Amino acid sequence: MADIDIAQQIPLAAQRPPVISTGVLGWLRANLFNSVFNTILTALAVYLLVVTIPPLIRWAFIDAIWDAPNGQACRGAGACWAFIGEKFRFILFGRFPFTQQWRPLVAVVIFILLILVSCDRRLWGRGLTLLWPAGLVLVGILMWGGVFGLPYVGTEFWSGLPLTLILAVIGMVFAFPLAILLALGRRSQLPAVRVVCVGYIELVRGVPLITVLFMASVMLPLFLPPGITIDKLLRAQTAFILFAAAYLAEVIRGGLQAIPKGQIEAADALGLGYWRRTRLIVLPQALAMVIPPLVNNFISAFKNTALVLIIGLFDLLNTANTSLTDASWQGFAAEAYIFTAAIYFCFCFFMSRYSQMLERTFSQGRRR
Amino acid sequence: MSNAAEAMPARAPSPASMIEMQAVHKWYGEFHVLKDINLVVGLGEKVVVCGPSGSGKSTMIRCINRLEEHQQGRIIVAGIELTSDLKHIEAIRREVGMVFQQFNLFPHLTVLENLTLAPIWVRKLPKKEAEETARYYLERVRIPEQADKYPGQLSGGQQQRVAIARSLCMKPEIMLFDEPTSALDPEMIKEVLDVMIELAQEGMTMVCVTHEMGFARTVGDMMVFMDRGEIVERAPPEEFFASPKSERTRLFLSQILAH
Repeated sequence: MADIDIAQQIPLAAQRPPVISTGVLGWLRANLFNSVFNTILTALAVYLLVVTIPPLIRWAFIDAIWDAPNGQACRGAGACWAFIGEKFRFILFGRFPFTQQWRPLVAVVIFILLILVSCDRRLWGRGLTLLWPAGLVLVGILMWGGVFGLPYVGTEFWSGLPLTLILAVIGMVFAFPLAILLALGRRSQLPAVRVVCVGYIELVRGVPLITVLFMASVMLPLFLPPGITIDKLLRAQTAFILFAAAYLAEVIRGGLQAIPKGQIEAADALGLGYWRRTRLIVLPQALAMVIPPLVNNFISAFKNTALVLIIGLFDLLNTANTSLTDASWQGFAAEAYIFTAAIYFCFCFFMSRYSQMLERTFSQGRRR
Repeated sequence: MSNAAEAMPARAPSPASMIEMQAVHKWYGEFHVLKDINLVVGLGEKVVVCGPSGSGKSTMIRCINRLEEHQQGRIIVAGIELTSDLKHIEAIRREVGMVFQQFNLFPHLTVLENLTLAPIWVRKLPKKEAEETARYYLERVRIPEQADKYPGQLSGGQQQRVAIARSLCMKPEIMLFDEPTSALDPEMIKEVLDVMIELAQEGMTMVCVTHEMGFARTVGDMMVFMDRGEIVERAPPEEFFASPKSERTRLFLSQILAH
């Protein structure tokens, strides 16, 4: 008994972990060679990398041709980046009048600045709700022109990256609030509101985006009285917003359902009322909870804009396609698509990283 | 109470009876959960409600601020009758604070933001004034140093004291407590009860659903015993504990006071 008493009075000193479990060797052993099966997988992965990576580097860099006067001079064992040098303005800005292409360039920069500013949580608030309309109006002026001495450019000439960004960014900006209303409506106490929202969501989710785009571009004009036309881009944009909203609404509904009943009761007991309760208590928690699927939807919606090439709009992918038809630069599809994919990747990767950062900020101080 | 209390605009003189429930009935589907509840709580009175689980005591207290809807009878709170009129409901909720078993603090807001939210958005106080009031009540519940933390970083007892302070920031006429210590570890119950006792001694009108009989004896003006949806017995604490009239009350008291 006496031994036990003494042992209990002296606290055990903290010790360092065993060396083998830390450091590079420890990591290798724990993650790559911790079983026979994993060792085989590791060897296989290394083999595949050795077989594929060096030829790829040789094609893309070592054997690549960076400068050439035309397609004939650009044929070799490697990639022809001269093709991109020749065509990048067309891929980025498409059929927009060549001398006026600084306008879509500035529009793209405005979009990127708007997005970057909106990413800073400290700036969220009234300022942003003024900045966005201002930014979008500016983009509209730049693209359309017709004022301040800028020549008018119709939407049928808008193309490339600015068109993709317009479809995606404006699509999100309008689809997101609409989705919130749809999600709230789906959980409404009022049966009429609920039925309308459920019906809308189920209808839109039940048809492919391509069908919606076709309907907007082919069928809608049939129903309109003669002489009235709606801009093709506007129709595509609307279809895109309505489509994205239905998907986002279901994601947001998931978050709304995860809010404990006690939160709503506490807000009610304080007398907040439905809209303030929703805005101050329910939505901040619900949206923070569904950031991963929300961003997943944003990313897929961004890439879905490429489908508008089906109805003849010249988005980024379509301009890349068109650049391949130049008779003096034939056969550089790989280069064109890699270039286009890289642009898509930059935007999507940024969204993904930003969402991870947001998740971390929102989970601070929340752990029990 | 203090200068913070004087900052509020003057209200109409309070009626003598703060809560009046007349022949209140409620059903969950076919289940008759409240049967003919009649209860009058006077200004400054402390009513302690006890009874076995499922007896309807939480449902009753939640009817007072319309977290539950009664289907028959009348409920008049602070002179306003509870109807389905949203204006009446909101007016009553402004005057009635509620503390829950599970605290129900807002996890995405700091302690200070939890306290200032309703005063700013419902009472329309300027932010600075709301923060002063909030810090005053945090001092009162003895956790002024936790103002900038998130609820998840506090212990259960601290969270419940924040919840009490959050209700008090609205300067309510009436405080409802729905088993405020039932979710707490034993060593934290006292710190919450101490705050409630202080509040009672300052003359707050209180309705508490609790099994803390020591608290009931200290501050209670009236004990109400509920069983199977009805009020079985009501009496001042001394009488209630010394000579309960009903057999059901005696059985219940023997069960909770046995250990």
